[in-house]
Amino acid sequence: MNYQNLTALDMGIAASLILINGALSLLLRLGLGRQLLWAAVRTVVQLLAIGYLLGWVFEFAYWYVVLPMMCAMTLIAGLSAAGRGRRTYRGQRVDSILSVWGSSWLVTAVGLFAVIRIHPWYEPQYAIPILGMILGNTLTGVSLGIERMTQELTSGRNTIEMILALGGSRWEAAQEAIRQAVRAGMIPTLNQMTVVGIVSLPGMMTGQVLAGESPVDAVRYQIVIMFLIAASSALGTVGAVLLTYRRLFSKSHRFLRFRLEERA
Amino acid sequence: MSALIETRALTRVDERRQVALLEPTDFTLNSADRVSITGSSGSGKSVFLRALALLDAPTSGQILWNGQPVANADIPHYRSHISYLSQRPALLDGTVQDNLRFPFSLKTLRKRRFDLQAVTTLLGHAGKTADFLHKNAGDLSGGEAQVVALIRTLQLNPEVLLLDEPTAALDPTSSRDVEALIDAWFAGDNSRAFIWVSHDLDQAQRMSAIHLQMSAGVLSAVAQP
Repeated sequence: MNYQNLTALDMGIAASLILINGALSLLLRLGLGRQLLWAAVRTVVQLLAIGYLLGWVFEFAYWYVVLPMMCAMTLIAGLSAAGRGRRTYRGQRVDSILSVWGSSWLVTAVGLFAVIRIHPWYEPQYAIPILGMILGNTLTGVSLGIERMTQELTSGRNTIEMILALGGSRWEAAQEAIRQAVRAGMIPTLNQMTVVGIVSLPGMMTGQVLAGESPVDAVRYQIVIMFLIAASSALGTVGAVLLTYRRLFSKSHRFLRFRLEERA
Repeated sequence: MSALIETRALTRVDERRQVALLEPTDFTLNSADRVSITGSSGSGKSVFLRALALLDAPTSGQILWNGQPVANADIPHYRSHISYLSQRPALLDGTVQDNLRFPFSLKTLRKRRFDLQAVTTLLGHAGKTADFLHKNAGDLSGGEAQVVALIRTLQLNPEVLLLDEPTAALDPTSSRDVEALIDAWFAGDNSRAFIWVSHDLDQAQRMSAIHLQMSAGVLSAVAQP
């Protein structure tokens, strides 16, 4: 079986399909024309850029090239996890970066050293895509967790203060919000795990199959990745929610609700 | 007569806007005191009460309980004795009885037991029978919800009640139920004391012996007529 390389013309044919979206937008007066164009341009530019960048990194497979790249990816994931949600507090960025960083690197390390056992560990062909997939999902969990936590603390403020006023500890007062937030952060991964292979064929597996790998081998990789993703997003979510808890409840069992603010 | 709670030069500044909410306040609450604080909204009545409940951290000054500052680890214990009741009752999902049992699930109160008989007596003061216990908390009126929140606190036999406009949103009947419950609790032990924040001057006159007023963060005695 041959691997079919794509030319610029091939990409052009596919890209022209965006005209369908454009026609729909015009027909239904959705007013999405500019956004569609922008999205299309970003897709092409971002992917081409990362393609060239990865090509370069793969050529220079040194730890001092791969490691900074991994750091940059993690930092961007952490920052974009913090940028969502209606409410924020001072230090949310730090909490978000810390929880994304800690969980994704721990789990990626398990994947690279214990499961795939690749040598050297920084082999970019493995390290970068695996970290990338883990980051993408962890960032979703972390941002949903923080968002839900701040939302629960805002809407449940009376109940939280009631528990504190009755003599509850800060942990007892925050427990329900923490539970809801961790659930919210873990649900996307759980949903993904239940439909994988039936409703959706994951991108990595599809990619390996397209590249000529046997489906059975591709599936093994996918199973490993799913579990790495599940572990990292769970750890990241719990970490982020607990860090939020520490910011908003003081050691004197006070709920520091003034630290929560609406995003401008 | 002994001092239950004392404040020394207690102040609070709004954390976000840096506006003074409470000017330096020296205050003593002795046992058997019935204190009312009146004043317009935004004058700092609630700010003061919440500070006494240790719900908001003071900017400066001290709060002493039986002559001692309260260590962080003892704050939940303090709050189970010095009980704050807010204007908006917060009830949990479930029945009235579930709500009344809730405090005993907290670590500070775990050694104590829910006492059905004591609760039934308290319900009687508010003119409620035992079937009230099985009502769904979500179906209660605002007045009934406040009665439940008050009984939830009173069954713990607090030393001090910090009442933050508990009847402000209630109909006259429920207000009387709340007043009756508080009278009965106060009469139960001569070491008890309360501070009642109210914007209702008649109620303040009726329910308290020491009348204070708050104006722009300054607490002062009301001139007796």
